[in-house]
Amino acid sequence: MSKTVLTVDDSRTMREMLLLALQDAGFNVLQAEDGMHGLEVLKGRSADVIITDINMPRLDGFGFIEHVRRDTTHRATPILVLTTESDAEKKARARNAGATGWIVKPFHPVKLVDAVRRVSG
Amino acid sequence: MDALRQIFFQECEEQLAELETGLLEIQSGGSDPEIVNAVFRAVHSIKGGAGAFALEDLVRFAHVFETVLDEVRKGKLAASEHVLAIMLRAADVLADLVRVARDGGSVDDARIGTATDELASLSGAPAAAHGGASETEAEEEDFAFTPVAVAFPAFDEVATEPEPAVNEFTITFKPHASLYSSANEPVVLLRELERLGEMSVACDVTEVPLLTDLDAEGSYLAWTITLKTTHCEDDVRGIFEFVDGDCDLTIEGTAGVSAAGEDEIEALLRRIREEAEAPVEDAASETIAVETAVIEAAADEFSSTDEAVAAPAPVHDAKLAIVPAEPLPAAQKAEAPKADKAASGEAAQQTIRVDLDRVDRLMNLVGELVINQAMLSQRLAEAGLSRSSDFATGLDEFEQLTRDIQEGVMAIRAQPVKSVFQRMPRLVREVAAATGKKVRLVTEGEGTEVDKTVIERLADPLTHMIRNAIDHGLEKPEVRAANGKREEGLVRLSATHRSGRIVIDIADDGAGINRPRVRAIAEDKGLIPANAQLTDEEIDNLIFLPGFSTASTISDISGRGVGMDVVKRSIQALGGRVSISSRPGEGSTFTLSLPLTLAVLYGMVVTVGDQTLVVPLTSIIETLKPKPGDVHGFGGDSRVIALRNNFVPLIDVGRELGYRTQIVDPGAGVALLVESDGGAQSALLVDAIQGQRQVVIKSLEENYGRVPGIAAATILGDGRVALILDVDAVVAGARNGGLASDNLLALAG
Repeated sequence: MSKTVLTVDDSRTMREMLLLALQDAGFNVLQAEDGMHGLEVLKGRSADVIITDINMPRLDGFGFIEHVRRDTTHRATPILVLTTESDAEKKARARNAGATGWIVKPFHPVKLVDAVRRVSG
Repeated sequence: MDALRQIFFQECEEQLAELETGLLEIQSGGSDPEIVNAVFRAVHSIKGGAGAFALEDLVRFAHVFETVLDEVRKGKLAASEHVLAIMLRAADVLADLVRVARDGGSVDDARIGTATDELASLSGAPAAAHGGASETEAEEEDFAFTPVAVAFPAFDEVATEPEPAVNEFTITFKPHASLYSSANEPVVLLRELERLGEMSVACDVTEVPLLTDLDAEGSYLAWTITLKTTHCEDDVRGIFEFVDGDCDLTIEGTAGVSAAGEDEIEALLRRIREEAEAPVEDAASETIAVETAVIEAAADEFSSTDEAVAAPAPVHDAKLAIVPAEPLPAAQKAEAPKADKAASGEAAQQTIRVDLDRVDRLMNLVGELVINQAMLSQRLAEAGLSRSSDFATGLDEFEQLTRDIQEGVMAIRAQPVKSVFQRMPRLVREVAAATGKKVRLVTEGEGTEVDKTVIERLADPLTHMIRNAIDHGLEKPEVRAANGKREEGLVRLSATHRSGRIVIDIADDGAGINRPRVRAIAEDKGLIPANAQLTDEEIDNLIFLPGFSTASTISDISGRGVGMDVVKRSIQALGGRVSISSRPGEGSTFTLSLPLTLAVLYGMVVTVGDQTLVVPLTSIIETLKPKPGDVHGFGGDSRVIALRNNFVPLIDVGRELGYRTQIVDPGAGVALLVESDGGAQSALLVDAIQGQRQVVIKSLEENYGRVPGIAAATILGDGRVALILDVDAVVAGARNGGLASDNLLALAG
């Protein structure tokens, strides 16, 4: 059974890019437009991997990760954060919040799939 | 890829609008930190997308812009008037860069350079010269942003090329508890390692305590891995990238190992492995004996899914460590069936994009449905069936449903005027800069909704009218100061819903219309006879005449070959009206009144002669039955009707449209009191009222041509075609001696 990836990003362009790359690699893709929306999606279903942006309205990536990690259903779900710059501070904050790994934007589809595989097996 | 590009540029437009709206909100005193965040995100998103498409100019500029916004966001830079002015100009440059990226062409390098320097001066960063000089990139150290062109699918590109030399690595890997809590998974990492080559693994379970002392979230296992691979150390290290700092990791390697060396290492490793395994057997087997049942119970107790995976329990022996069950806990699978229902939780703000053609086709079909339903109702009435019969009741429901569907479809097409209004701040800035005037634009009622087509066709007239308001309406700052006004002129753009129409005001607090000058120009150009008796209102309306232009020189701003006549025509084509009110020294207000939809209207069906006409309900104030004593002759054929201490002109619609020539007795007909342009009242005399109904508008112009006094046509329930009256044109025509006559306002129309 193919794995499901939840992508959380307020940019439609980014969501579509993730969708194309992940679908091409055989993943099912769920989408959310910000952290709050992401949590709503996770109320009803599980994901094998979550990819989230950091800068988002309503609930940003850090807050989203913290919420997911507090939720017993999803606390073991690997979360990759999208960072635009290879910004050490943001990476560290994301890791403290419970992020599993990161993807540096702009990403190459191969690198993306590689990172997803590296956390989900 | 093209589709992705299109999405990107669409999104850019949305982000640019967001950016501008946000900056203006901050300028007008908005202090909500979320506004600054939204503005930052807008630029950030554009940069992110641009990076993926390798649009380097855009990335570069967005980056500088973003840096400044980030400082504002962090409170390091105050959003002063000066800072905002620079950012607004930067927003314009960014918008141009986006457009150039999409449509080709080029943006003036000097402009980008100036904007970049201005931004850089704010953030205290060294002025990054546009053009990407190497020093620029070196200085901007956080600009670690290498655009990568995305090509889908391009998975074979990174396919690993076999390297000739065989490396052998000994890896020791001891996760910390934090590795598990961030959902990293040693099994997954080991499996990734295995992909690199031939691997053997030894698991160290010596630290696993007795079950009673076991912390479910603790970390007790360590692994020693021997890997023979063609990959280099960096590749191996790369696998542990995400867990760096969350584990003790050593990687030791020998490149191009010889056969003898290999043996030695093998032997050494075997020894290490044996040492690691030997003392463990007992401890481990003891623990594991109770594991299955108890660990499950423990896992339940924690009602969590990850402990079972993270805890050392499933590891019976070192080799098994790399082949445990799929790390997808049963608990998660059990959740799955709920998934579809729970999607309702996503309903928050979902939108879909639909091709406009589909909506229009639906709209047309609904129009036909409405006509069809009306026909059925009429047939039913003609057949003499009782209104209380089941058939009639069903039909009533059908009528209600049809109306609901129609409203639903129209709501799909309705959009807030915001999309047009938000283009205006930039226009105002540009025109203000070009004319040397100080202008503040205030917009109100941006959320007012109207049909998409109306919105689209509003952009040009509004642009022109705002240009005019600044160029011709507002005075220069020094003139204003001399007249005791604020130096900064005010242009107010507002939209409201009023009696089934949308009313848009474009008001300025400038000098007002210079009537003597307008009059002189009109005489000069032969548009009116010299010495013509004109009211102020009539003089103001002269500016709508074709070929009229008050600008003494064709300025770059207003004079682009279109005059107010074109504005008026395009508004009329939408079923709208334009009116002016102006006070010398205080300013002018242009008012546009437009229908909310171009598809239907509520009308009163009336009989005139042997014709059936529809009068839009929005223009009717009341209907009255004239008594013979109320109607008075007023020179020639003109008549007025007395109405509550007031006299209003009585217009015989039949004569006006040429259906009859003789004067009819007003007492035999019905008068419809209507309000037309500028609020003047008139009474329209018709023969009889048939009823009120909603009618589907069918354009007459497309099929037939423009007819004075007639706005459009419709199909009634009985299949007859009825003409929809253009009330303003009829009233204006009557005031000026008939629709057909070659008069001033007909010219203007």
